[in-house]
Amino acid sequence: MVEHNDTIFKLLEQAKKKGESAEVFYLSRYREPIVFEANKLKTLELQETSGVSLRLIKNGRIGFSSTNVIHEPNTLIENAIETAPFGPIPMFEFPNFRVFNPVQTNDPATKSFPIARMIDLGQDLVEKIRELNPEVLCDCEISKNVTTIIIANTNGGFATYTTSVFAISINGTLIDGTDMFFVGDYTLGCKPIENTDELVSSVSTQLENGKVISDPVNGQVDAIFTPRGVASAIIPPLMSGFNGKSVLQGSSPLADKLDKIVFDKKIRIWDHPDQHMIPGSRMCDDEGVSSKRMPLIDNGVVRNFLYDLQTAGQSNKESTGNAHRSLSSPPSPGISVSVVYPGDTSFQDMVANTKHGIIVEGLLGAGQSNILGGDINANVLLGYRIKNGEIVGRLKNTIINGNVYQALKNIKALGNDSKWIGGSLRTPSIYCSGISAATRE
Amino acid sequence: MIENLEDQISTALKNSKAQYVEIRIESTSSTSLRYRGRELDEINKASRMGGCVRALAGGGWGFASFNDLKNLKENVLTAVRNAQLVGGNPITLMDVEPTIAKIRHEVKRDPTKISLADKTRLLNEYVEEIWSIPGISTSSIGYGDAFHHKIFANSEGTYIDHEKLDISIRLNAVARDGSEVQQSGISLGSAGDYSKVEHLHEHARNVAQRSIDLLKAPQVKGGEYTVVLEPVLAGVFIHEAFGHLSEADHIYEDPRMKEMMYMGRRFGGPHLNVVDGAAVPNLRGSYQFDDEGTPSSKTYLLKEGILVGRLHSRETAAKLNEKTTGNARAINPQFPPIVRMTNTYIENGTATPAEIIGDIKDGLYVSNWYGGMTSMEQFTFSAGEAFRIHNGKIKELCRPVMLTGNLFTTLESLDAIANDLDMNQGGGCGKGGQMPLPVSNGSPHIRIQRCLIGGA
Repeated sequence: MVEHNDTIFKLLEQAKKKGESAEVFYLSRYREPIVFEANKLKTLELQETSGVSLRLIKNGRIGFSSTNVIHEPNTLIENAIETAPFGPIPMFEFPNFRVFNPVQTNDPATKSFPIARMIDLGQDLVEKIRELNPEVLCDCEISKNVTTIIIANTNGGFATYTTSVFAISINGTLIDGTDMFFVGDYTLGCKPIENTDELVSSVSTQLENGKVISDPVNGQVDAIFTPRGVASAIIPPLMSGFNGKSVLQGSSPLADKLDKIVFDKKIRIWDHPDQHMIPGSRMCDDEGVSSKRMPLIDNGVVRNFLYDLQTAGQSNKESTGNAHRSLSSPPSPGISVSVVYPGDTSFQDMVANTKHGIIVEGLLGAGQSNILGGDINANVLLGYRIKNGEIVGRLKNTIINGNVYQALKNIKALGNDSKWIGGSLRTPSIYCSGISAATRE
Repeated sequence: MIENLEDQISTALKNSKAQYVEIRIESTSSTSLRYRGRELDEINKASRMGGCVRALAGGGWGFASFNDLKNLKENVLTAVRNAQLVGGNPITLMDVEPTIAKIRHEVKRDPTKISLADKTRLLNEYVEEIWSIPGISTSSIGYGDAFHHKIFANSEGTYIDHEKLDISIRLNAVARDGSEVQQSGISLGSAGDYSKVEHLHEHARNVAQRSIDLLKAPQVKGGEYTVVLEPVLAGVFIHEAFGHLSEADHIYEDPRMKEMMYMGRRFGGPHLNVVDGAAVPNLRGSYQFDDEGTPSSKTYLLKEGILVGRLHSRETAAKLNEKTTGNARAINPQFPPIVRMTNTYIENGTATPAEIIGDIKDGLYVSNWYGGMTSMEQFTFSAGEAFRIHNGKIKELCRPVMLTGNLFTTLESLDAIANDLDMNQGGGCGKGGQMPLPVSNGSPHIRIQRCLIGGA
């Protein structure tokens, strides 16, 4: 690490001579996945990559370049100089923070976790799924990942942190004649995960609920989005509306709704980037601005939008510490860890209280429609039909249509079943009305 | 790229004790520009270098990727050691004639020779065209070009040094009325010819006008419709509806899938011919050798409605005892190659577009695209625009729709194919975390009976 710090400071020094100010963003990623295909171990991989990007402010404009050839900084600097005359005018100064509230996201036990035990874990998981139904063909991936980020700028700002992620995913296919039934789940965390009981029980429920194909559903229905359903159907269109860039340009449906009631009073969604041992957590954002806990929706009221430095500057606001970036793109605002606060209704009660409805667990084609306008429009890849309070079978050849702003205006209930979905979303089930469904008969 | 690279590669390969080893090295230089509203919001000139080693030992693959090229020998050892840890039944690869080749990419108008000043001037013109339409709320334009220099070498004596160029552009306009937000966009691309993205001024005005018109457009009711797909969307349709299931890695280890996808099975009418091939020249999915060093080909997937071929890597071809097709591709050296499509299309039929629309009493005409996805059996594809067809005529504009289908019923319901094949070069394909891979797809106008559409 020390050697990288040296390289970065040298690069910063050199860049500084060519312009008014500069910032270096360094990212290194180590990833070791083991892959099971058709129930059998197939591939062991080791992926190592690192790179830097440079923002150079020269003659009052932002130049930008990136490379993964870290030890040859000249091309990087020349490219940034070449882009600067065309780049945007900076509406900010690089921050000079050096001290942050620590957020622990690295467990060294993840990187040192033995491959042999990962293999055992995978074999055991595949066997348990096949005990549920020996016809299921399983693909499984277990990986350990370590990412290190360093941000340094010529105003004295400096930040570095490391995040470790241990991830397990299991996907099963069950083919019967021409019917393909897909089951599966995933889990991840900063620490090694050695207990796969929850994954097994989730797949077991899917196999049970989906055993039979339900008769067709058409017209307006009540829809229970499970935590995974919320992740695929609701969060992406909703968060695009909170992006400060869309708000600034007036393309967000929420652009003029700050401090107004837009959603059901029961809805509270916050950014919680400060929880220890959650992969999406971070002490600062990708520009070195401190992260903080912040409400986006509180009791139905729009409370904040998400900003990085440039978008905040353009909007006469402060950065909310929500800059996200990859190696090859400049920062852009986004949520770090979405937390949808739970309600007090159990999932079983939601089902029991539904006369004519559906459960949405996974969608096919979500996000491939007018997301910005809030559209929910997709095939239900994994979902069930509810009739008179009972789950009666799996949906098939069924498409749903709705709008997230309509669906969340008056919700029927909020679950008490909060769950982490990946490393950056915690949500309960959400019970909505006003979703329309159509099935090919 | 690097001094003595060829020697270093051959030394590293020589020392290995595995059944098979390959090394891929790639350097990429790229430019990307993004306008949000009237301002250039993002600009990047990037250079990347990276490599990987893949080794086969017995029943498993070992893979190591890196961007420090100084330790090739050690990287080979890592990959071989990983492969040996896997164990299991031996894997064989279909034979491919060892080749030594050097391929240079030549294009009419090379984007790497065009200055940033010229590129921004062109994109600024498009921005102005969009904003010349009153009522626009905002716009975005994304442009990217990339030049790849790739080296592939394996322990069988193949050494291929080749280049690839790729360009993509998206123009998007947004209109808003209160909390109603509608957008319209178009994606285009080319295998490195800049002139293909130079004359899009009219397209820019059209997407702007369309986004405004969509605010007043009605939403269709969900249900089954007779639909006519224009060629670009029909290209996305065939990519999702059949292309992915032709990728042999979905089939080769799955006995049930093999039963389902047997050669000679009928999927569509005798008018339906579907092709994939990187050997079809000058498209975004075109190349001479894939990322396993296998020569590309043109493969019929469906001939007269019957399954006659599928897409292979060397491993899947050997396992199913079928010919290699040269479809093993990796998006960059960080990933191992997997079976992918290249240029996928439905061949021309005999009807004119007017004829296949002409006898529809009530239906939908759908065009342009947001995207598409498949789960093999079921698939979705979303149209950017939909119009009602009434008494054989295309009538009023409706809101964008999502269409969904099922492999075993939708191709059967494809009952008419026109004679105006056009290729969609604006898309990128995602699979196994590798995205967006340059591909093209296309079709003439096609008609599908009882296609399921999501709506109010």
